[in-house]
Amino acid sequence: MSEKVLLDYGSGGRASQRLVSELFLGQLGNDELNRLNDAAELQVSGRIAMSTDSFTVDPIFFPGGDIGSLAVHGTINDVAMMGAIPRYMTCGYIIEEGFAMDDLERIVTSMGKAAKKAGVSVVSGDTKVVPKGAVDKIFINTTGVGDIIVDPAPAGDRARPGDAILLSGTMGDHGLAILGTREGLEFEAAVQSDSAGLNHLLVKLVQELPEVHVLRDPTRGGLATTMNEIAGSSNVCCELNETDIPVRPEVSGGCSFLGLDPLYLANEGKFLCILPEEHAEKALEIMRADELGRDACRVGTVTDTNPGKVVMVTQLGGKRLLNMLEGEQLPRIC
Amino acid sequence: MNIDLIKEFRDPELCKGLLETLDRELDDELRFMEVCGTHTVAIFQSGLRSLLPDKVVHLSGPGCPVCVTHESEVNAFLDLAEHDDVIIATFGDLMRVPGHGGRNLKAAQADGASVSVIYSPFDALKLAAENPDKTVVFLGVGFETTAPTIAATMVMARKQGLKNFMVLPFHKTVPTALGALLDDASTRIDGFILPGHVSTVIGMEPYEFIATDYDRSAVITGFEPADILKSLVDMVRWRNEGTAKVTNNYRRAVADTGNAKAREVLYSVFEPCDALWRGIGLIPGSGLKIRDEWTDMDAIVKYGIEITEVPPLPGCRCGDVLKGVITPDQCPLFKKVCTPAKPVGPCMVSTEGSCAAYYKYKVD
Ligand code: SF4
Repeated sequence: MSEKVLLDYGSGGRASQRLVSELFLGQLGNDELNRLNDAAELQVSGRIAMSTDSFTVDPIFFPGGDIGSLAVHGTINDVAMMGAIPRYMTCGYIIEEGFAMDDLERIVTSMGKAAKKAGVSVVSGDTKVVPKGAVDKIFINTTGVGDIIVDPAPAGDRARPGDAILLSGTMGDHGLAILGTREGLEFEAAVQSDSAGLNHLLVKLVQELPEVHVLRDPTRGGLATTMNEIAGSSNVCCELNETDIPVRPEVSGGCSFLGLDPLYLANEGKFLCILPEEHAEKALEIMRADELGRDACRVGTVTDTNPGKVVMVTQLGGKRLLNMLEGEQLPRIC
Repeated sequence: MNIDLIKEFRDPELCKGLLETLDRELDDELRFMEVCGTHTVAIFQSGLRSLLPDKVVHLSGPGCPVCVTHESEVNAFLDLAEHDDVIIATFGDLMRVPGHGGRNLKAAQADGASVSVIYSPFDALKLAAENPDKTVVFLGVGFETTAPTIAATMVMARKQGLKNFMVLPFHKTVPTALGALLDDASTRIDGFILPGHVSTVIGMEPYEFIATDYDRSAVITGFEPADILKSLVDMVRWRNEGTAKVTNNYRRAVADTGNAKAREVLYSVFEPCDALWRGIGLIPGSGLKIRDEWTDMDAIVKYGIEITEVPPLPGCRCGDVLKGVITPDQCPLFKKVCTPAKPVGPCMVSTEGSCAAYYKYKVD
């Protein structure tokens, strides 16, 4: 194959067939995908969770991951947050003409590895090559489906006063890794994205504790935005303790340098769990037993004092709102 | 700054002790005003506001330079942006400040005006050098903190022989405004938390009139919770002793005498003049204009700009907020018509504005 992705590869002719059979099937292939039918034939029964997401991240390779693995993690995490076992996913690639074939291989390989690790089959896919400038390097759209295994499924409107708010780990790692790479900044200690598939841990959690009320991954907009969404849809107050929210020292250092707040930065391998107080300890135990939940901790409590609001109890013991972000968080360029 | 030092000033135990002292020694209401927007944010962000004893009345003052930029000044730079040969160079915080009819620089830019957001005034010089057929006008908004850098930029422009760099001078000076507030019968202020950054330049002396002429206390204060609490405790003690003082509690950053070098460059280019403050009106001697020797860089002279009072935005009570007559949540538009996404007044625009801080942080 040539070293660059040409428009021909998206033509539907021989060149596209070669790209599909040599690269995509090589890395993502499975019985269903290999049949190359117009649609996949799947076994699903009962209630399913389905989620789609488009990945346009820049840079496409970043410390701790790349757009391929990120697309898998993002989608299966969203499915798993519904108390579901993600089983199948689709992927659509939109590639800019002239994109380096080596980079595409790296991305598809990484996607294949991530899907395998998560135990999810890629059962349908699509590749388009568009003229230079029509997209920025590469965009990937993925859709995932899975069987919901708890009833009722965890949902953003089920937080109740008295519930405990738990967090599976440190905040802001992914967002800062991306911004740091984009701005060409080198931090004292390397900041890695936390991009990871959380489905195995989440499935274990809901199997043992079907009482979980809310599961959410604080991706874009970070913890602050996600908490506000939950407080709004459940019409409760989420009270968080500033000192309990874990942030890596290198992340808080990088953030204060850039004038950013880690609580508004994206995470791609963390989740929030809200559940009745009496199950909190058990949930933390399950989370901490898994590599991806090692730093899990309790960060707050759901109350009925200020419905719809997120209140932060500060280090001093004072209270303030933790609001949604107005517009985008822009780094201060020093 | 040394991280350990900052930690020390945030120490919850230290703050708790100071809060208890404050509560114990306060037997009458203390109405204090923090002049500077960075203090406003620090008081909210640390949660300090919610911990202050009820008798402590917290007022936010006119210390956010964006907030006090008068509507007519905003109109002046919006008019200037219309000139085809002008590139406006500004710090980002002025982009959304509303002028007449809610128009702002962002809208002007979308309509085709050349507006360039820069991070240092020296970038404006680069911009001028790269665009010899245009005039780059830097919007000189701010207090004594930023004015010396602008002055230094003008000195540099002359050295470089740049003929197409100008400044629109709307700088304001803090102590003069405090005097005007104390003279205003509608305000009731017992003491001031004085700005850390402005004071690094001007030192303590220009504030001394607050104690000698008005019998009120004022303390130059750092931005950590313990800094602020310590200054409040000091002011309560002096009042209990029947005296008023002006002191410097921020010696780790501010010399009592300020920074003579910065003042020298500042006053080599600028001299005091009358200025209009948003919501407050004309305060004699509270502005900085460009000296005659530097008129060639004065955009007011070159473009014949006249600053005249224009009617304030209807309904907006920014003036009363800036004077500490009301708190932002007492403005009828607060959170209803006026939000950070759709600001009516500048206090809701600036990240350091008091209305924005109340909106963002205050738990009802
Ligand atoms: S809430 Fe809006 S209108 Fe009212 S004083 Fe503040 S900025 Fe002005």
